[in-house]
Amino acid sequence: MLGKLTWDSVPWDNGIVMGAVSFMAAVVIILALIVTRYGKWRYLWNEWFTTIDHKKIGIMYILVGFVMMLRGFSDAIMMRSQLAIAASAPGYLPPEHYDQVFTAHGVIMIFFVAMPLVIGLINIVVPQQIGARDVAFPFMNSLSFWLFVVGMALVNMSLAIGDFARTGWLAYPPLSGIANSPGVGVDYYIWSLQIAGIGTLMTGINFFVTIMKMRCPGMTLMRMPIFTWTALCTNILIIAAFPVLTVTLALLTLDRYLGFHFFTATAGGDQMMYVNLIWIWGHPEVYILILPAFGVFSEVVPTFSRKKLFGYTSMVYATGVITILSFSVWLHHFFTMGSGANVNAFFGIATMVIAIPTGVKIFNWLFTIYRGRLQISLPIMWTLAFLSTFTIGGMTGVLLSVPGADFLLHNSLFLIAHFHNVIIGGVVFGMFAGYSYWFPKSFGFMLDEKWGKRGFWLWVIGFYLAFMPLYALGFMGMTRRLNHYDIDTGWQPLLMVAMAGAVSIFLGIVCQIIQLYVSIRDRDLNRDLTGDPWNARTLEWSTSSPPALYNFPFTPVVDGIDAFWAEKQKNPVRPKETRPYVDIHMPRNTGAGFIMSAFALFFGFAMIWHIWWLACVGVLGILFTFIHRSFETDVDYYIPAAEIEATEKLRSYNV
Amino acid sequence: MKQSTVTSSGADHGTYASYIIGFVLSILLTIIPYYIVVYLDISTGFKTLSIVILAVAQLLVQLIFFLHLNTRSEKGWNFLSFVFTMLVVLILIGGSLWIMYHLRANMML
Amino acid sequence: MSSAAMDPHVEELDEHSITIFGFWIYIMSDCILFSTLFATHAVLMPNFFGGPTPKELFSMPFVLIETFLLLTSSFTYGLAMLAMHKGKSVQVINCLVITFLLGVGFISMELYEFHELITEGNGWQRSASISSFFGLVATHGFHVTLGLIWMLVLMWSVWRFDLTKQIKTRLTCLSLFWHFLDIIWICVFTVVYLMGAIAT
Repeated sequence: MLGKLTWDSVPWDNGIVMGAVSFMAAVVIILALIVTRYGKWRYLWNEWFTTIDHKKIGIMYILVGFVMMLRGFSDAIMMRSQLAIAASAPGYLPPEHYDQVFTAHGVIMIFFVAMPLVIGLINIVVPQQIGARDVAFPFMNSLSFWLFVVGMALVNMSLAIGDFARTGWLAYPPLSGIANSPGVGVDYYIWSLQIAGIGTLMTGINFFVTIMKMRCPGMTLMRMPIFTWTALCTNILIIAAFPVLTVTLALLTLDRYLGFHFFTATAGGDQMMYVNLIWIWGHPEVYILILPAFGVFSEVVPTFSRKKLFGYTSMVYATGVITILSFSVWLHHFFTMGSGANVNAFFGIATMVIAIPTGVKIFNWLFTIYRGRLQISLPIMWTLAFLSTFTIGGMTGVLLSVPGADFLLHNSLFLIAHFHNVIIGGVVFGMFAGYSYWFPKSFGFMLDEKWGKRGFWLWVIGFYLAFMPLYALGFMGMTRRLNHYDIDTGWQPLLMVAMAGAVSIFLGIVCQIIQLYVSIRDRDLNRDLTGDPWNARTLEWSTSSPPALYNFPFTPVVDGIDAFWAEKQKNPVRPKETRPYVDIHMPRNTGAGFIMSAFALFFGFAMIWHIWWLACVGVLGILFTFIHRSFETDVDYYIPAAEIEATEKLRSYNV
Repeated sequence: MKQSTVTSSGADHGTYASYIIGFVLSILLTIIPYYIVVYLDISTGFKTLSIVILAVAQLLVQLIFFLHLNTRSEKGWNFLSFVFTMLVVLILIGGSLWIMYHLRANMML
Repeated sequence: MSSAAMDPHVEELDEHSITIFGFWIYIMSDCILFSTLFATHAVLMPNFFGGPTPKELFSMPFVLIETFLLLTSSFTYGLAMLAMHKGKSVQVINCLVITFLLGVGFISMELYEFHELITEGNGWQRSASISSFFGLVATHGFHVTLGLIWMLVLMWSVWRFDLTKQIKTRLTCLSLFWHFLDIIWICVFTVVYLMGAIAT
């Protein structure tokens, strides 16, 4: 009846896990009680759970991303503290637990922190930047989000019920095969990524079509803001790369569940094919994450330099070249596998080549800042931190692209330092820049600068303290995923420094939480009534903050890059609106995405625990909800012109 | 927007005649390679080469007569996305084979 | 920057073409999904592990009939599309019924082939080579099955609601899907069966 699930599946005797579970349960219960106390369930359901407004979906993505960052970061600080004390000592995390911690850290940080932050930002910003009222497929957007939430929920459930994979974040077989990982850990891994991945694929298609088909009149491709360009390329990469992840995980699933021999060590299976396939997805994934961050910087830099972006065209072409080249470098993740000198040389050179368009971008940003009047504010501070940090990360990446060097550094802490250097220095800093840049647009008030700057400095200093020692440790021969080590290696002092860095980052996160609290508390002092607090350049700043449901009362028409900026130069005082308002056609909210995802959660959980009847219920539920939804006729409505006029009047009063 | 109503995206309609031609061609392009493989007594390499060429011809027939792929619909974006996909497919399959066969050779598997 | 107040093209985006363009992009992603399976098949196919080779496994005339069924169903779906453009809903349903039956015939033959392989002891557990065959061919079969379910729903909705704009959009999407599966099968036919029969 319950498959492999028993009372003993819950790790009752593990103090750390049960502590974390109790904490999470307590938070959930307290939140539920608060919502009940204030009678907000209906509001939550109507305004958020069933919403298909891209702005709200984006906010929910980012909220989930930040919450999961706390989870992923607690894994990180556990690893750092374990290694700080585990010199010729067992430390406090036994290997079977430690292995889950580093696996969960990687999986969570990439799939459930970086991805939702990126996709959330794309959701909020892209339709506004291209002058659209919504995305191409609003219902599918809600479904994508809730499927992603299901993936996240499964990862978190693994903490309380059963365990998580102990395989590293990419779950290489044969370790992840059924013979060596007979438990449910790898199954949690597979199903959470599979379900979230399908959501991501739908997001990719949705936004690709949105950008290609729903731009406002006059906005040709070469007039799109760079963030939209990078979002377009990211979505192309999602569409082209995520099917590979789907298949790879599905084949591993078949190996584990039905005795196939794709990647087994017996009967002719080939583990190396898994490594090959997962990196065909994995390398584009890196660019899926970093391109939108590049887009954020390309918006922030001209805005705060008060200059137009240097080299718009070269920026677009650099993005395009990265998009295509990102499919030709994947072998550099496994130079040491043994494909030989020819193959390694090809992929090594391709890897070096991809650094060129990235370098072009760095120079474009620098030249934009050069002779600009740089106004120092949080978004630009994160950008400046990015420019130096990412350049270091990129340089070490080029070092690793030399196959001979890689044979020495492969799987060492040098590699760990490298990719944290580009992912934190690039993606995370980029998302923080985007967060502080677009926050007033989304909520109508500014983020507190004082606490933000404290957080910034603690983060940046913490980052360098935490990861620069790792480069040295890599050269000293320390490999990744070690649980403990001999004190004679001399690694401990540097690991202590890294630990101190992690503590500094922790304090930075605390400052950011305080920043959010203070900003909300003092929101009436920091209202953005103009809709354009930074004196920015692109269309999203031409509306109110936060924008109305329909974004634009009139579909804008543009005649160049940075059309809003040009308009402001021409008419410093916004002209009074004289045109008559018309009804606006909008899609209606629907709970179908939420319900389908709930069934997907049942399905995923059932597959993990081999509860076959529940899996059938899940599949049929998804199928029937979808078919039912496809026959719904009441899917859209018109916002009356009078209502729009009232909303807009209120706004012009504010301006 | 703009001149976009020229064709309704993915599918030009096609005509009865074009479907008939496509169908006949696709049947022929199935029978010929089948015949080559099952009945002809020629070298393996030549067989492989000829069925690959015929398969490519078959793909083109299907794309043109059934999927109505052309360079005009959606202002060429359908076609361009197809070309990009084929590029990725080539890299993916070609690269995997190249990598895995070199690996086998080096590992003496 | 100014605003277009009443431009009808701006106010009413063409949902039909947006949906079909989106579906085309989905098909492109599915193309990559299949190419991953083809790559896996190409790499693992020689790993017989002492088991049978493709030549010993497959009956060529059987596969040829399967191929004809699917090709013909693609053709009859095309006829359904022609009828749709002429607005003849009865003819659409008739063509779809024939397409559906051909599709069911194809799937039944495929299942029979699988059944035979398994009962002969040549299931996917036998070797990586056969695993890769099942992985690729069954994924195609799974897609065809989904297409058949979709076709049933559409036949019912044409019968119930006639050829509304929305149903026409969906019929067009399914037509893309169905022709696409036909193309994938051509690749399967060539790579798995014909090349399997050539290889020694």
